[in-house]
Amino acid sequence: MDVSQKVMEIIAREQHLDPGVVTIDSTFEQLGIDSLDGVNILFALEEEFKIDIPDAVAQSMKSVQQVVNSLTRVLEGKDISDLVAMAKGETQPAAN
Amino acid sequence: MVRRVVVTGVGVLAATGREPEAFINNLIAGRSGIRRIQQFDPSALSVQIAAEIPDYKGTDYFPAKRLDLIDRFTEFGLIAAKQAMESSGLEVADEERPRFGVMMGAGMGGAQTYELGYCSLFAKGATRVHPFTIPKSMHNAATSQICMEYGAQGPSLATSTACSSAGHAIGEAFRHIKFNLADVMLAGGSESPITFGIMRFWESVRVMATGNSDPSHACRPFSGDREGLVIGEGAAVLVLEELERAKRRGAKVYGEIVGYGLSSDAGHITQPTVDGPARAIRMALDEAGTNPEDIDYINAHGTGTRLNDATETQVVKKVFGEHARKLAISSTKSMHGHAMGATAALELAATLLAMDRGVIPPTANYTTPDPECDLDYVPNQAREAPIRAALSNSFAFGGLNAVLLVRKFQ
Repeated sequence: MDVSQKVMEIIAREQHLDPGVVTIDSTFEQLGIDSLDGVNILFALEEEFKIDIPDAVAQSMKSVQQVVNSLTRVLEGKDISDLVAMAKGETQPAAN
Repeated sequence: MVRRVVVTGVGVLAATGREPEAFINNLIAGRSGIRRIQQFDPSALSVQIAAEIPDYKGTDYFPAKRLDLIDRFTEFGLIAAKQAMESSGLEVADEERPRFGVMMGAGMGGAQTYELGYCSLFAKGATRVHPFTIPKSMHNAATSQICMEYGAQGPSLATSTACSSAGHAIGEAFRHIKFNLADVMLAGGSESPITFGIMRFWESVRVMATGNSDPSHACRPFSGDREGLVIGEGAAVLVLEELERAKRRGAKVYGEIVGYGLSSDAGHITQPTVDGPARAIRMALDEAGTNPEDIDYINAHGTGTRLNDATETQVVKKVFGEHARKLAISSTKSMHGHAMGATAALELAATLLAMDRGVIPPTANYTTPDPECDLDYVPNQAREAPIRAALSNSFAFGGLNAVLLVRKFQ
C-alpha cells in the first residue's frame, strides 16, 4: 500500500482540491490548510488507516511529507515517542 | 433612553418560498408548501409529510468546504441573513460593530449533525465522531456563523424556547435597540428538524396531522376537522434598526416593532393555558400603549392541533372581548408548516410583508366550522385590508409564550 499516494488523495478530497494540486512537496500553507482543516484531515486519516495519531504529533504536521513520515512509522508499529517529544519542543529535530 | 425600532430588511427561506416575494405571494394565494418528505425516504414513518424547502441543495448557496463546517440549520440561517442584509442595503462601519448584534432562535439546533453523530457511536460502534460535530450542532451555531459573516460584535445570543424561540430572539433584539444597547440587529430563527429520528420523536407525541395521501390539505388550523400540526423547516431573519439611523440612510421601513410580551403558563408541559398567553399579549399591548381595538390582524400560533386552536380562540376572546369578533386572525402555519425554532420569525416576516401590502394571508384548508373556534380566521381566501397594527403569537410547549406587536410605520 502506497501511504503517500493515499495521504495525498485524502488531503485533496477533504480540502476539495483537484488531485494534481497536492504533491509530496506541498506544505499546508501552500495548500491553504489551517488548523481547523488540519483537524479534519487528521480525522479522515485516522478513519482510513484505523489508527490513532497523538494530538501533539498531529499539531506538528505542517507538510505532506511530514504526514507521510509520521503515518508510515505509526503503521509500521514503530515507536514515535521521539516525534511526540519533538512536537512538544522537548528535543531538537535530528539533522537530515 | 428609549428609542424606536423599525424593520428595514427581510430574508426568508421556507416551504412556501426561497425568498420574501415568493414566500408572501404563495401565502396570499393560499398555496401550501406541505408535501411528501423528499430529503430522505419516509416510507418507514407513519407521518410521511412535512413543509420542506422545495429542491433545496446546500451546494447552490455555499462552497463544499463551507458545508463541512455547518449544519443545515445554520445554512438556512446564513441564507436568510444574507437576503435580509442585501434587501436592507445595510452597511456597518468598523466603529459601529460593537453596536451590531445577532439573535437567532433555534429549537432543535444541529439536529442532522446530532443524529449522524449518535448513529456513528451507537449504531456503528465508532469510537470517535467528526471533529466538527460540536461546533456544528450547538444551538448557537447559526448566531455565531452569522456574526462571523457580518462582523457583528454587539450583544448576540441564541434562544431556545421551542415554538417561541424566534419570537424571543426578535423580542430581545428589539429591546436591546430600544434601550440603547445596540443600534442594528439581525434577528430571527432557523430550523432543520426534518430528520428520521425527530419525525419519530414527534410521532410519539401524537399531535401531527397524518394526511399522507393529501399533504397540501393536511394542516387545517381552526377547522372543525383539524388533525394536528405538520413539521416544517426554514429560516427568517429581519434587520432591526434604530429609527433615526434608518431615516438618515433613507432605508425602506417594513414596519415598526412596538411591543414584546412574554410569559410562562406554569401549567402543563405540553398543554397551553388561557391565562399565560393572554398575559403575554397584554404585556405587548401595554408596552406599545396600543388599545386592543387598534389591532386589525393576529398571525396566530395556529398549529392545527385540536387543543391549541381552541385555547388560542379563548385567549383572543379573553384579551379582546367584543373586538375579538372584528379583528382578522389567520394561521400561516397552514401553508409553511410548524418550523419550530424558526416559525415565529417566518410568521413575523409574513405579518410585516402582509402589512406592507395591505393584504391579509388566509388560513388555508378551512373546511368545517368548529363551535369552539368561532372567530374570523380569514378562511381560504386572502383579504385586502389595511393593517394598522398586528400581533404575532407563539405559544410553545412548556408554556413559554412570546408575542410581538408591529405597527404600520408613520
